[in-house]
Amino acid sequence: MDLLAAGLSGSIGSVGYGLAAIGPGIGVGIVWAAYIQATARQPESAGLTRTYAFLGFALSEALALIGFVVPFVFGT
Amino acid sequence: MTPSAHALGSVLAAGPGFEAPGLEAFYPAPLWSFTLLGIDFEITRITIILWVATLAMIGLMIATVRRPEIVPGKLQFLGESGYSLVRDGIARDVVGPRGLPFAPFLASLFFFILANNMMSIVPFAQISPMAKFAFPLVLALICYVLYIWVGIREQGVGKYFKDILFLPGVPVFMYILVTPIEILQNFIVRPFTLAVRLFANMFAGHMLLLVFSLGATYLFTVGGLSYVFGGISFLMALVMTFFELLVIFLQAYVFTVLMGTYLNGSIEAEH
Repeated sequence: MDLLAAGLSGSIGSVGYGLAAIGPGIGVGIVWAAYIQATARQPESAGLTRTYAFLGFALSEALALIGFVVPFVFGT
Repeated sequence: MTPSAHALGSVLAAGPGFEAPGLEAFYPAPLWSFTLLGIDFEITRITIILWVATLAMIGLMIATVRRPEIVPGKLQFLGESGYSLVRDGIARDVVGPRGLPFAPFLASLFFFILANNMMSIVPFAQISPMAKFAFPLVLALICYVLYIWVGIREQGVGKYFKDILFLPGVPVFMYILVTPIEILQNFIVRPFTLAVRLFANMFAGHMLLLVFSLGATYLFTVGGLSYVFGGISFLMALVMTFFELLVIFLQAYVFTVLMGTYLNGSIEAEH
């Protein structure tokens, strides 16, 4: 607490980004894990599932990207 | 609070100290500025980097097809495999059989982003134009207009918007939930994330390299035990440069693949 009192300054939005990155981090990991698993079980389906893998990746990463912008928008 | 933390705090606070890199690297002084039709234009370092990167990529691509041979040489092989990565890997496999007409567009997109991203680790340039939000934003807007226009052209205005607003095969009462999500997803989140993803990666990469290289320079001036940490920081800057190389290729590829996915959604009616 002493460090905070000593004048640690900055935007709380960066802490918010750290929190916002947790969920998408797990989500993106799950998406690619599932894609790798699908490809390992059925190698010929790789091209078919790639589109969905990228779509799912983009969707879950969107939350992290929104979190990334928040410190700039609501910054000090 | 341990005494060592206090000591570290006083070291960091004392004297001129280490100045953390800020946003000023992204706003270089204009080399030349002029006003045209009431709009102020500024030619900065980043604009010139953009020109150099684009011209270099055009030059490379022209050089690869200069003397085409049946058995391709090294240069021709580079150009052909690069183009076929986009044409076969994205235009044909992701967009679909009717996606081949989009191959030149997707390839220009891919190589333009690749060349500009590459400037973030090229010595003396060392900043990517894509680290300025305006450049990815314009690219995303081009893609935004294109996939909506293709959707209208292929499916007709009525069907295209009806399929987005009222997803077929969904129970009627679920539209309260699904329709706002679909509108948000198709018209706001897609272009926004397309632009921000590229921007955020290049921006963060540049900041990371700045922090480690400036940190190393500072620690070497402090002397004493800091030489060790300065060395570690310098090594990290090197490692991060290679990591950046991976990110450069990945982001150019992801941008193009996602654009391919959106085109695929516009061309093929969703059941």
